Formats: sequence, C-alpha cells, structure tokens
Amino acid sequence: MDGLLLLEQVLNGFQLGLLLFLLAAGLTLVFGIMDMVNLAHGSLYMMGAYFCATFTGWTGSFLVGALLTIPAVFLLGVIVEMIALRNLYARDHLDQVLATFGLILFFNETTRLIWGPIGLSIPLPEFLSSTVEIIPGAPYPVFRLAIILMGLLVAGLLYFIVARTRLGMLIRAGASNREMIGALGINIRLLFTLVFGLGAALAGLAGLMAGPILSVEIGMGEGILILTLVVIVIGGIGSIKGAFIAAIVVGLIDTVGRSFLPEILKLVLSDDSASTAAPAISSMLIYLLMALVLAIRPQGLFPPKGVGK
Amino acid sequence: MTLLSPRVLINAALLLLLAALPFLTDMMGDSYYTGVTSRVLILAIAATSLNLLIGYGGMVSFGHAAYLGLGAYIVGIGAFHAIEDGIDWMLNGYYQLAATLILSALVALVIGAISLRTRGVYFIMITMAFAQMLYFTAVGIETYGGDDGLTIYSRSDMLGLIDLNDEKSLYYLIFFSFLAVLYLMHRLVGSRFGAVIRGSKSNEARMRAIGFSPYKYRLTAFIIAGTITGYAGFLMANLNDFVSPSMMHWTRSGDLIIMIVLGGIGNLFGPLYGTIAFMALEELLSSIPLTIGGLNVGEYWQIIFGPLLILVVLYARNGIDSFLPGTRERAK
Repeated sequence: MDGLLLLEQVLNGFQLGLLLFLLAAGLTLVFGIMDMVNLAHGSLYMMGAYFCATFTGWTGSFLVGALLTIPAVFLLGVIVEMIALRNLYARDHLDQVLATFGLILFFNETTRLIWGPIGLSIPLPEFLSSTVEIIPGAPYPVFRLAIILMGLLVAGLLYFIVARTRLGMLIRAGASNREMIGALGINIRLLFTLVFGLGAALAGLAGLMAGPILSVEIGMGEGILILTLVVIVIGGIGSIKGAFIAAIVVGLIDTVGRSFLPEILKLVLSDDSASTAAPAISSMLIYLLMALVLAIRPQGLFPPKGVGK
Repeated sequence: MTLLSPRVLINAALLLLLAALPFLTDMMGDSYYTGVTSRVLILAIAATSLNLLIGYGGMVSFGHAAYLGLGAYIVGIGAFHAIEDGIDWMLNGYYQLAATLILSALVALVIGAISLRTRGVYFIMITMAFAQMLYFTAVGIETYGGDDGLTIYSRSDMLGLIDLNDEKSLYYLIFFSFLAVLYLMHRLVGSRFGAVIRGSKSNEARMRAIGFSPYKYRLTAFIIAGTITGYAGFLMANLNDFVSPSMMHWTRSGDLIIMIVLGGIGNLFGPLYGTIAFMALEELLSSIPLTIGGLNVGEYWQIIFGPLLILVVLYARNGIDSFLPGTRERAK
C-alpha cells in the first residue's frame, strides 16, 4: 500500500512542480532580461483561473474556455506592462516591489468587485474528470496526468524557443547585457512587452490548470507566488533550466514531505508530538532547502552565464 | 539644519500632540482615538526600526512582520500557559519581555546571517520566504490556535510598576518606547556604526577598500531592527489582546515598507508620518460615503489604494517628507 501511496504522491509532486515551473519560467524571464521584480505575477495566475471559469461558463466547454483564456491573459499582461510596469524598469527593486504590491491589491479588489467574494469552480469535461489506472490497482485522475503532460510540453516548447529561435536568442542576449542589444538596434521595448506577455500567458495557463483542482478564489496567487519565488531563488534568477529543476525538486519535497513526514517523525518522536510537529515542519521543509542552497551558493544553483559575479 | 527650522517645529508639534493625546480624547469624551494612536505608534516603532535597514542601509527586508508576530506570540503563549496550566511566572511581563528580546535577536541573527550573504532581489525574496516560514509554523501549531490565532486573556503582568490594563498607562508606555527608539535611531545613524551602514549602501566597494567589512555591520543592524520590532510585537499583543498568524503574513511586511516609503525613506521622522498617513488613508478610503450602482466604494478601498501606491512610487518618491518645509536631513 505504501508503495502505491508513494507513487501517487510523487506524481502529485511532479504536478505541483510543473505548475510552479510555469509560474517560475515567466517570473525568471522577466527578471532575467528586465531586472524587474514582479510580485503581481501571482495575480496573473489568479486572473487565468477566473477568466477560465468565466469563459467555461459562457461556452460550456473547459477546452474552449482554456483556449480563450491564454490570449486573454497575454493581452492583460501586455496592457499591465504598457500602463504600469514599463515606467519601473529603471527604478530600484524597492520601487518595483512596492508598485507591484499595489497591483496585487488592485487585482484582488477588482476581482472581488467583479466576481464577488465567493470562490468559483471550474467544471471539467467527462474525459478529464475520470481516473485511469496507471499501474493495476492504482487509479489516478486523468486531469492531473494532463497537467503533468502539459507542463512537460510547455517546458519543451520553452526550451525550443529560448535555445533555437531568434526571439530566444534576443531573450538570452537581453539577460546577459540589456544595453548592448539595445545598442545593436533591437527594439527592446517591444521585446520587453512580448516577454512580459509570454510570462503572463504562462502564469495564466498555470492558473487555469490549477483552477479545477484547487479552488478559484481571491488571493489564490499569493501563496503560490511565494513558492515560486523560492523556486527561482533556488534555481538561480534568470535561468530557465534552474527554474525547471528547482520547481520539480520543490514540488516533490513539499508534496512527499507533507504526506510522509508524520510517519518518519513517529520513528523518533512519540505519536502525539509527531502529529503536532509534522504540519509545522513539513511546511518549513522547502524554506530549509532554500536556506541550505543559499548558504552554500548565494546565487542559486544555476545562475545564468555572465550573471552573479 | 538650524535648531528651530520649520521642520523641527513641525516634528516637535506632532510629538507634543501625541504626548497630550489621551487627555485630548478625554476632553472629547471618546477614548477611541487613544487606542488607534497606540496602534499607530507601535507600527511606527516597527517601521522606524525597519527604516534603519531599508532607508539607511539599503537592505530591503520583506519579512519584518515576522518579528512583530514573534513578540506577540510570546505574550500570547505566556498568557496561555499561565491560565490553562497555572504556570504563573509565564505571565510575568519582564520574563516575557526578556524572552521576546532574546528570541527576536536570535531569529534575526539566523535569518540575517543567511540572507545577508545575498544581494538585491535575492535578499528581498529570502527575507520574505523566511518570514513566511515563521508564518506557516504559527499556522501549523494547533496548540496555540493555528490559523485562528490565540486570544490573550491576561495582559503581561508588570508587577505593579505599570498597569497595562489601563489604557492611558499602556499608551504612555508605547509613546515613550517610541521616543526611545527615535532617540536610539538618531544616535545610531549619526555614529560611526551608522556611517558604515550608510556608506555600505552607497558604495560597498569603497567601504571595503577603506578597511570595513560591511557584512558584520549589516548583520548587527539587522539584529537591532529585528529586536526592536519584536518589542513592538510585545506591545501589540498587549494592546490587541489577540495574536494570530495573519500578523506575520508577508502582506503585513509589505504594509510596513509602504509606511516607510509614504513617509519618506531614510529620514528619522519619515516612518512616523508614513504610518499616520497609511492608517489615515485606510480609514478615509474605507469610509468613502459613495455608492455607485449599489456598490459601496469604501468597501473596495484597495482598488484606489493600490494604484495610489503606484503613483506615489512613480511620482512622489520621497513621500510626505518632500512636502515638509526645510532642508532634508537625508542620508545620501
């Protein structure tokens, strides 16, 4: 039985890890090439979930809703970038943190105004809400598998874009020297806007996939934002590869730790104190991991080339 | 700066007003504002100590609310055991105070020692993550109420020296604590230690070249700020009679930073003005008597507050401080 539970939890861990990766990829790209901290990234995730719930309600189909959501969040990201964030690139990080904190307040309240304080749910179509036996005797929800597949697909696509296309080349060049690619005649403003939109779309995708399993509610982006920050700090800010590896590790440790830590603690503590201490300790695990990584490598595991010295 | 510049007069007038406040509210027959102002002053203590890090030291700590919660939880846990288990000494305010100061200093030492190895954005995120770790710890401990928090049925017992149950006594304890912190900051920033902190902010390489190791000084500043804020938490618990994890949530740390920026960063009195402005804005915006399409605007005040914050950041970088007359005693 324990083996099956472990398998299930490992899959859940992957699924959380891939969701985190979608968020972390956008955040780390935005940071890498624009040197910009965007706390409102979690709000875009939340908007993804709300848009998808609304579009699914209108069209009656989750898939159509999802397909409409991604360009909508992309557009929202572009608008936010053009109105508010563009003016902040030249500012210091404190200003960016504060302004994007203001954006979070704005998004949360606007959402409450439009959709009301009660959370929404996203109904899944039949074929996604069933379960499938991954190995005999171990049913697993199809939708969670779909998240894993989607996450891997996007990771592959992102790798292709960043490593093989002209846009990716500009992104990488921008990450190592912003002024230089501007001087070479590249329209950085447009590049920034595009990258921000791309990051927003990825956050929206994460939101619409998380919506059906978690609940769609105000503030849903904030908890996961902190996890995402932990991921990009561990992975090295600006590095897609670092974000991917750190996201999977954080997802696994968090999920598997939460379900097995009580058992492990019972080996050394009494049953009572183990079950009291376990929730507190398991939620601390990833922060301990982060502290450990930073104590050894202050720049994260995989800082991008040319950064960190 | 001359001794009696308009700026000094304005600051002095504000402090005098604060000193007389409980009597003024007595005269108005409404002690509501004594409680509110107590709260403002406690937050101003926390913000003033954070200003040492952000304003003078350039260390943007995004986890300062954690210490506020830490101090408050010590009062809460002390009262909890004194009442539930009859352990009387845990209600002793001096023990609680000592535990608060020692524990917040230790926590600041550990968080600072790791976080200060990093710079810039990494530092912001790590301090935030550490604070979240403490937040989740508080949520996870069911004995002390977990998510719901802990009602404090008995305030700290100061053994007859000062009665914290009396609103006025508590107010003056808070007020004089604030003055003491203000004076401490004034001396600290002007000292050799403060010069190193400020110097490391503007040019770390030069500080190293003339023989200082900024790390030690920064860590010391980090511990001082954490300890003072822990003390503010001790006061806060006694004022609110309640402590919950939400006190340490990262958005509360954000609020503290907003207070500093609203008031004008790197200025001794800035955090006080900022805290007053923050609380006043919250109060004003949330009571806007305007109804559009059946919706009460005040209920959604953060829709206004959020963009306002962005505007302040973009166009009024020095906050309220830039509207005050006289030269700015600003640490460059």
